[in-house]
Amino acid sequence: MQQIVNFILKYKYFLFFLLLEIIAISFTIQNHSYHNSAFSNSANFLSGGIHKRVNRFKEYAHLREHNDQLLKENAQLKNILGLELKNNDSASAHVIDTTKYFQKYSYRTAKVIENQYQKKFNYLTIDKGERHGIAPEMGVANSKGIIGITTNISSGYTTVLSILNENAKINVKLSKSFHFGTLEWNGEDYNILQLSDLPIQANIQIGDTLITGGKSVIFPEGIPVGTISNFKVENNDYSTIDIKLFNDMSAIGPVYIISNIDKKEIEQLQESTTNE
Amino acid sequence: MNNNILQNIIFFVGLILLQVTILNNVDLFGYIDPYLYILFVIIYPFRKDRIPVLFFCFLLGLSIDIFSNSGGTNAAATLFIAFIRLPLLKVILRKSEIDFVVFNITKQPFLKILSYVSILAFTHSFIIFSLEYFKFSDIDTILYRTLLTSIFTIVLTIFSLILLTRKK
Repeated sequence: MQQIVNFILKYKYFLFFLLLEIIAISFTIQNHSYHNSAFSNSANFLSGGIHKRVNRFKEYAHLREHNDQLLKENAQLKNILGLELKNNDSASAHVIDTTKYFQKYSYRTAKVIENQYQKKFNYLTIDKGERHGIAPEMGVANSKGIIGITTNISSGYTTVLSILNENAKINVKLSKSFHFGTLEWNGEDYNILQLSDLPIQANIQIGDTLITGGKSVIFPEGIPVGTISNFKVENNDYSTIDIKLFNDMSAIGPVYIISNIDKKEIEQLQESTTNE
Repeated sequence: MNNNILQNIIFFVGLILLQVTILNNVDLFGYIDPYLYILFVIIYPFRKDRIPVLFFCFLLGLSIDIFSNSGGTNAAATLFIAFIRLPLLKVILRKSEIDFVVFNITKQPFLKILSYVSILAFTHSFIIFSLEYFKFSDIDTILYRTLLTSIFTIVLTIFSLILLTRKK
């Protein structure tokens, strides 16, 4: 017993150092895995508040771009609204038939207050949280494309797992055909992502557009992602396909949080099916 | 003594705020941020009892991690350089014992300070990027980013040391 006490006293600095180092490394490993929500995340009152204050200055630099982007999106949406049937004579007898509407996704707005794109496991922080109706595993996108998936939430802030994160795997498809693939990132260029699991029958060309596949409950179908910038064929299979994003991931401002209204129902159904 | 503790607390909080509000947004060449906050590890007074140093440096790193969503990489790296700083200093100054009462890091010859700061900054960046990438196949990226980041950090740290000592 005396020897153990002596040992501890002799090496107390080293043991203390070892203990703290193990704690730090376990936080790191936890942060690298997708399913454990990280202990140290910026979705808290203090760091969220400071990032929000800093962002008040930073957003001025991009106001012009963000305005342009929102104007373009408005014009696009107005054009869709303007599409009316040509032989619609009975405009005066306009009846709103609510049974014709079917809303599956609802959109909320938020601002990115902290944006990472320099690391291998990148996260964004947005200025909306639980009290604005945000929950984990909701999609985040803007008019130019997808951005990420919400992970940790506090009452006023949320961290978003960026698509520039090794753990992010998003189901996408070619807009010209119905071939699906998985969007991943190799950690190198923040505007170039990689597409995998695409069958050779897809017969892709450089410049083909990718959109979200709608196979998951997170993103609706048809959100733009990017274009194919480069690909290689090896052993009659696609080895690497590079995707150039429409978004500039280093300058993200206002975003939409997409929640699937039927998510709970779909997940319950899937769970009960696998349990049987 | 009381004044000294207060000064250290202000220095601690000030460095965290400087790091997360300004330096983490520098993004030189797209992704290089200097880690000036290791200045705390470099000039925190040397004492016989090393437990507080280890604890404060761990806390400093963890605070930076919370702001930048990086798990525990900064905490692990800062703790490690806090652990090796005394043995390293003994090797650089070629002394077996250091008189803790009168010792002042800023009064040492410039080249010795430079090598002390450089080794600490390089080790710190290397641990951060190794833990972040966590793959041996990414060793070229790790070394490249470590080199750029540590050079940037060393230059800033030396400038800050000169500024801090001139004031006194």
